[in-house]
Amino acid sequence: MPAHRSLEIGTGLFVLLGFAALGFLTTQLPGGKLGFVDASNGYRVTARFDNVGDLKNGAPVTMAGVKVGRVTSVAFDSTDYKAVVALSIDRQYDRIPDDSWANVETAGLLGAKYVGIDPGGSETYLADKSQIENTQSAMVIEKLVNKLFAAFAGKSGGSAKEESHKP
Amino acid sequence: MNGAFAASLARFGSVALFLLRVLRACGPALARPRLIAHQVYNCGARSLIIIMLCGLFVGMVLGLQGYDLLARFGSESALGVAATLGLLKELGPVVTALLFAGRAGTALTSEIGLMRATDQLTAMQMMAVDPMRRVIAPRFIGGLIAMPLLAAVFNVIGIFGAQLVGVTLLGVDQGTFWSQMQNAVELSDVNEGIVKSLAFGVICSLLAVYEGYNAVPTAEGVGLATTRTVVASSVMTLVIDYMLTAAFLKA
Repeated sequence: MPAHRSLEIGTGLFVLLGFAALGFLTTQLPGGKLGFVDASNGYRVTARFDNVGDLKNGAPVTMAGVKVGRVTSVAFDSTDYKAVVALSIDRQYDRIPDDSWANVETAGLLGAKYVGIDPGGSETYLADKSQIENTQSAMVIEKLVNKLFAAFAGKSGGSAKEESHKP
Repeated sequence: MNGAFAASLARFGSVALFLLRVLRACGPALARPRLIAHQVYNCGARSLIIIMLCGLFVGMVLGLQGYDLLARFGSESALGVAATLGLLKELGPVVTALLFAGRAGTALTSEIGLMRATDQLTAMQMMAVDPMRRVIAPRFIGGLIAMPLLAAVFNVIGIFGAQLVGVTLLGVDQGTFWSQMQNAVELSDVNEGIVKSLAFGVICSLLAVYEGYNAVPTAEGVGLATTRTVVASSVMTLVIDYMLTAAFLKA
């Protein structure tokens, strides 16, 4: 009988483990919040952007290329039509001037968006629940290309046709 | 040539007919859940260690290869998405099915084949116990239950293996890894993997019990049947995988 019992326990454990795995796959992967990152030991700062591109929850926050924190939420404020990004910055980096610039930047040409902070010159520092006032939006590549085209069209004007005849 | 074609057609037909017989026996077999639980243990719990080990290494190698590939385009941040989709949709179900055929399918075939060779199945019939209900159907259902669970465990371990290499070893940001993945992976991707693993569960379990039940009742015959199980299960898994993938991409 004990052999029978251990078999039943083994079966039960296996089925439980299997369903736990299925549950993890179905609930945590599509749009899950679980990031396995610890954002608790930081202070919270918010920043408002005109456009954050596809900045995602969990993206790194960097200063001079070094990671100092994480994005903890990206929300939309319907009163002034801006994106409100909450940042959690590690406690050890507590001397960030409060007139610093927060920029949405891209890792590489096709990489993910992250928040880069350029330090300002103020003597007062960012504290918990404060807000970064100076922000610069994400570069949207389509807009950039449009601007580029506009600039080229304005510069070359009618001479473009002549140049195409040259060998 | 014509003979070989007719023979393979006949085998295909006899597997299909056998499936109908198994399905008919499944209803009465469900009344004995303890027999099925035993087979879930045999097929599932005993394959768990090999599935977890292989899942870990498949995930880790996906982390390495995916990173190398994506770094060429400067988009390492998509590593989480690439590894997870690869595991969920293809590698998880397929590799699990191949391992299942090798680990559990062979055990099923040789067990049933030996029952056939030692006349145990015939003895059951003489005692008016239907071996389809008592032996075959519980093993079929057990394999069918075990396969999606094994594939799910494989996927989860694989994702953490990819994270281990991508984040810990190669330095992809952890938040980026998970947030990119969670934003890109859809529930339909997870479901595709589950449907596939269910289909593979049917194929692998069915072929295993079919070969065992129809094994030539000699030592050599059981050995041959076991080999045929692995070969047929592996080939059918890959063929069905292509068909299911094409069907899911159309939908």
